[in-house]
Amino acid sequence: MTVAAPLLRARNLVKHFDLRHGLARLVQPQHGHVVRAVDDVELEIRRGETLGLIGESGSGKSTLGRLAIRLLDADAGEVRFDGTDLLRLEPAELVRLRRRMQIIFQDPYASLNPRRTVEDIVGLGLRIHERSAAPSTRDRVVDMLERVGLSAAHLHRYPHQFSGGQRQRIGIARALVLRPDFVVCDEPVSALDVSIQAQIIALLNELKRDFGLTYLFISHDLSVVAHLADRIAVMYLGRIVETGPASRLIEAPAHPYTQALFAAVPRIDAGGERPPRLQGDMPSALDPPAGCRFHTRCPHAGERCRRVEPAPIEVAAGHTAACHLHGDGV
Amino acid sequence: MSALPAHDALLSLRGLTTVFPTRHGEVRAADGVDLDVRPGECLGVVGESGSGKTVTFLSVLDLVRRPGRIEAGTIVFDGRDLRRLPPEALRAIRGRDIAMTMQDALTALNPAFTVGAQIAEVLEAHGRATGRSALDRAVQLLEQVGVPDPARRVGVYPHQLSGGLRQRAMIAAALACQPRLLIADEPTTALDVTIQAQVLDLIADMRQRLGMSVVLITHDLGIVAERCDRVVVMYAGQVVESGPTRQVIGAPAHPYTAGLLASMPRLNQTRAAIRPIEGQIPDPARLPPGCRFEPRCPRRRSECLQPVPMRDIVRAERAFGARAVRCVLAGAAP
Amino acid sequence: MSEAVPALSGAKGIDWALAESPIAGNLRQFVRDGAALAATATVAAFVLLALLAPLVAPHDPAEGDLLRRLQPPAWMSGGEWAYPLGCDALGRDVLSRMIYGTRVSILVGVLVIFFAAVIGTLAGLAAGYLRGPVDIVISRLVDILLGFPYLIFAIGLMAMMGPGLSNIVLALAYKEWVLPCRVVRAETLAARETEYVEAARALGASRVHIMLREILPNILSPVLVVATFRMAHVIIVEASLSFLGLGVQPPTASWGSMVADGRQFLLEAWWVSTFPGLAILALVLAINVASQGLRDAFDPRLQS
Repeated sequence: MTVAAPLLRARNLVKHFDLRHGLARLVQPQHGHVVRAVDDVELEIRRGETLGLIGESGSGKSTLGRLAIRLLDADAGEVRFDGTDLLRLEPAELVRLRRRMQIIFQDPYASLNPRRTVEDIVGLGLRIHERSAAPSTRDRVVDMLERVGLSAAHLHRYPHQFSGGQRQRIGIARALVLRPDFVVCDEPVSALDVSIQAQIIALLNELKRDFGLTYLFISHDLSVVAHLADRIAVMYLGRIVETGPASRLIEAPAHPYTQALFAAVPRIDAGGERPPRLQGDMPSALDPPAGCRFHTRCPHAGERCRRVEPAPIEVAAGHTAACHLHGDGV
Repeated sequence: MSALPAHDALLSLRGLTTVFPTRHGEVRAADGVDLDVRPGECLGVVGESGSGKTVTFLSVLDLVRRPGRIEAGTIVFDGRDLRRLPPEALRAIRGRDIAMTMQDALTALNPAFTVGAQIAEVLEAHGRATGRSALDRAVQLLEQVGVPDPARRVGVYPHQLSGGLRQRAMIAAALACQPRLLIADEPTTALDVTIQAQVLDLIADMRQRLGMSVVLITHDLGIVAERCDRVVVMYAGQVVESGPTRQVIGAPAHPYTAGLLASMPRLNQTRAAIRPIEGQIPDPARLPPGCRFEPRCPRRRSECLQPVPMRDIVRAERAFGARAVRCVLAGAAP
Repeated sequence: MSEAVPALSGAKGIDWALAESPIAGNLRQFVRDGAALAATATVAAFVLLALLAPLVAPHDPAEGDLLRRLQPPAWMSGGEWAYPLGCDALGRDVLSRMIYGTRVSILVGVLVIFFAAVIGTLAGLAAGYLRGPVDIVISRLVDILLGFPYLIFAIGLMAMMGPGLSNIVLALAYKEWVLPCRVVRAETLAARETEYVEAARALGASRVHIMLREILPNILSPVLVVATFRMAHVIIVEASLSFLGLGVQPPTASWGSMVADGRQFLLEAWWVSTFPGLAILALVLAINVASQGLRDAFDPRLQS
């Protein structure tokens, strides 16, 4: 892949969710009441690539995906989309930019309005961004439906008349009808059956190629990400702990968490020794451990890990891991 | 597979058919299911939505929700046909000899009672312990399934536990009476991958310790490959293929099994193309008349429009080594 | 514990293509409910009676014949079939007055609920979707209004504004909107977190679009259910106000004022109060049963 300018660059991104309401904010301590969903994250997505973002539930990966297209407002940091600082945009400018960045959701049931027809759902973007006449809007909706494997016969149906896989196709058509540059795919195949999941993965790959898309592909399923991504970022408790080219990260994961994550994936063609299982649950994002956030479950944790938060260290070209093992030792 | 129940099986289903009446006609959620669970083995039951894998085992325990009902078939457990037992006798078997854990531990556990009370209730229902000693036993069980700090956790409510711990607590309740058969319905689907590995390790460990049989219902062939001795593949209410795991996964005989394997993305073959199965899972109220996979099958031919029976392709002396497949192509060259 | 199980395998489920809108399914469920259907027919009969009052009423409701003062119903001695339910103290036909009284009850019920539903829905949408100061102002207002007992609040307002039909509608609508508002606010709070609303935001949809086109269609059924259910209550309050003399003024017939007129003669001429009282009972009961049926049909939480 040629080195291109990043399409999206996030710096020092922070998003905390305060669970205290109203005056409680004045009298309750912040500690233990604030979910640190995304905590000082750097992210770079190059034009035309698929960046896979993996992590377990509660790692903050969906929040990060929403911050990237400003569906959520960050508390601090900077998000530059094609050079434009998203966080400083006026509302009207942001709306104009929305046609260039879209999102595909996980739940094929909750993500489609049950009271609206397929034509309404897929055509919404066109109606917002293009004050074009109705007939041409319909043509473009039909065209988009055909691209995702549906047809004009489906225009007047409601979401509940479709299977999960078909609904996901409708969601994809809605996101792509404006021909965006950048699409956040938030677990788009996690709710689907295996045979249908493969259809959607193939469709996303095909559309990416045809439309020249850039994906941020969020998933907890490592096999899916491994299959789709050019580069992978691994998130744990609000931090990105490792990033690197997909093939390298899978062959030689550098962070103990990534190693454990890959080791835990059930494989059809099992073979070779695997590192030991991770013990225990992920700590709460309300009260992340001091030092390295992974030290409570890490088999290699040492004294430094409990005290000092590791900074990302380049272990190979374009491959960084935030772990003392690769720095000054544990 | 023979039409008679296998003598040496712990659980043997023959022709099990469970139907649900719906607005659009009767749905045969499980349709003529034959399968055997051998003592001490781990049997994987694989299928997608609507394959009938869960309904089959709910039928075994007579837990099918009304208006669903078991229409035909025999369910022989340890030499007795469960369908002919009076309800009290079946209730005694349920939880004591056969236990089942559900996919979603949060809804399967009662939110109004503590974890300990729910484990104790199982013990008390089967006369294993009462009162204080039942609670003590509950603490032991929680410890056994790897719940940290069990003496405190016995007194908490299900929603206060993480997903992984909840699944462990439900397994503890299922194992309370040391059942001879544990049916684990998608035990890890709701869990993160690192927690999933822990729970599957736990089930394997308990199986060894108690010498029980385990039925692992799952949609993940990777889990089957790693954890199960034998596998039964279901599609649209029917068993389409069964046999030893290595053989079925190494050389699938049914095009559906082959399609499932080809559509799974794999970690170690990242750039290999995955080949999806075309089409949709059929509407159970309007199933194809012949082979149910025929509309999606890349190798379909005219014979497929007729109903296809299960056929043995490898007949072992005892039913367990056998492989059977529901496909007209079985045995023929691809 | 392990008996709490899903009916069909797989949480993902499959839905089979049925060519119908979501509302059509609700309506079919409603039609299958016999009691609700009978109740709806009863309500429809009352509405028809109100619309056709001048055609079906045998006499002028305001014109009395003092010779027929407290004349008993037709089947009693001294009664005649021209005045089937007897006459009141001024010799006016009870049946005709009841038929015209239906107009008042239904008109007040429909108007109050209409205004309340419109205002309440808009306020609830704004509070639930915009949150922040808008929500605080609306929610506190709702809390305050809910603190007043309904009848006393209405009596106070009527005392200030004076009696009359339009004042009744105003007095009742002043407070009635809080219930649809609360329902809509709660539903909106849930709907604003859904992925389809997020998708609309991601496409750059305006807040007005999201509130009116994305959220509103999904919360109409609970509003409909609350509205019909509350209509019965509004009709009772109107009858109560009229009974107290704060409602529509004579000679306009209203069920509440008819009950009040007859209460002095309850022992010697029971029919003057009893028949309008039964009419209130019948209409309120029918509306309640019908709204119960609507709730069963539209509330997905009650459906298997």
